[in-house]
Amino acid sequence: MSDLAQARTFDEFLEGIWRQNPVFVMVLGMCPTLAVTVSAVNALSMGLATAFVLVCSCGLVSLIRNIVPKEVRIATYIVIIATFVTVVDYVIQAVSLAVYEALGAFIQLIVVNCIILGRAEAHASKHPPLTAMVNALGMSIGFVIGLLALGTVREILGAGTLFGFSLFGANFQPWVVMVLPPGGFIVLGAWLLLFAALKRRKEARLVAPGGGHGA
Amino acid sequence: MAPESLGQIFLAAVLANNFVLAMFLGLCPFLGVSARLDTAFPMGIATTFVMLVASLCAFGLNLLLTLFHLEFLRLISYIVVIASAVQLVEMFLKKTSPALFRALGIYLPLITTNCAVLGVALFQTAREYSFAQAMVFSFGGGAGFTLALVLMASVRERLQLSSVPGVAQGTALSLMLAGLLSLAFMGFAGLGG
Repeated sequence: MSDLAQARTFDEFLEGIWRQNPVFVMVLGMCPTLAVTVSAVNALSMGLATAFVLVCSCGLVSLIRNIVPKEVRIATYIVIIATFVTVVDYVIQAVSLAVYEALGAFIQLIVVNCIILGRAEAHASKHPPLTAMVNALGMSIGFVIGLLALGTVREILGAGTLFGFSLFGANFQPWVVMVLPPGGFIVLGAWLLLFAALKRRKEARLVAPGGGHGA
Repeated sequence: MAPESLGQIFLAAVLANNFVLAMFLGLCPFLGVSARLDTAFPMGIATTFVMLVASLCAFGLNLLLTLFHLEFLRLISYIVVIASAVQLVEMFLKKTSPALFRALGIYLPLITTNCAVLGVALFQTAREYSFAQAMVFSFGGGAGFTLALVLMASVRERLQLSSVPGVAQGTALSLMLAGLLSLAFMGFAGLGG
C-alpha cells in the first residue's frame, strides 16, 4: 500500500516535468516565459522565483482548502499568491539588484502567471499539502526547464554567449533578432514544432510496431 | 523620468511598445481568443475597459498607499481592484449580451490574470505618470492590445482556408505568426520616443 502511495507521489512529481510540462505541453505562463528568456541567467532566476511562489502558495492553499468558502476561493488564492510574490520581490531586490533590474516588472507579474493560479485551483485545492507541494515542485522544475530551453537558445543565437561566457570568440555575428521580442515567439514556436514532430513520429511507430517500414 | 507628451505616450503604447507584440503582456488571451474576429474584437474592448478602470483605481490607491507608507501592499491591493473590475464587466456583459458572454467563456474571468492589466497598473506606478498620462497610457495599451488581437484573428481566419502541414498546426503556428507580427511591429520602434 505504501509502495503504491509512493509510486503515485512520484507520478505527481513527474507529471509536471514531462507529460504536463507547463511551457511546452500546456502553453501556460507565456508572458514571463517569453519576456525574460533573453539570457540563460534571467531565465534561471525567473524560474526559481516562480518555483518558490508556486510551491509555497500550493502548500498554503492546500492547508486551508477545507476552510475557504467556495465562492471566494479564487480571490483568496490570488491574495495568497500576491503575498508570496511580494516576498520574492523584496528578496530578489536584496540579493541581486542587477537581476532585479533585468527582470523588472516581471517579478511582480508572477502574480498573474496562469500556472500558479491554475495549479492552486486544479490541484492544490483538492489534495493534501504534501501531494500538492510535490506536484507544484514538479511543475516548477518543468517550468524552469522550459525557461532554460528558451533562454539558452536565445542567448546562444542572439549574443553568442551562454550564462555570460563567450562561446564563439570575437568573430561571431550575433543574430540580434533572437534577443528581441520576435525571437521569443519564433524560438518557442520552433520548440513546439520539434515536439510535435517527435510526437508524430512516436505515434507512427506505435501504429506499425517493428516491421513494415524497416524500423 | 523626462516629461513625455500625451501623444508620445499613446503612440508608444499602441505601436512601438505594443503590449502584446513588444512587451509580451497578455499572451494567454492573445493566443486563446484570437481564433475568430467576432470574439477577438469584443475581448479587446472588454480588456481595454478593465484596463482603464484598473488604472484609475491603481492611481488613487497608489496615492493612498504612499501617504501611509504602505508600498508593500501595492501588489495585493492592485490585484484585488482588478478582480473586482473584471467582476463588474462580467455582470454587465451577462446582462446586455449573453451570446457574447458565452462566446468569451473562460477567458472573461481570466482577464483578472491578464498580465497586461496588472502591467498597466505597475508600469504607470514605476514610471511615475501623472493622472492624465496614466489614463492615456492605459487607453493606449488597451487599444494596442485590441489591435494586436484583431490583426492576429484576421490572419488566423484566413489560415483556415489554406493547407497547413499537420505538424505545424495549433500553437506552434500561432507562435510563429505572432513572431512575424512582432517583427513587423518592430518597424515602429522609436516612434513616439
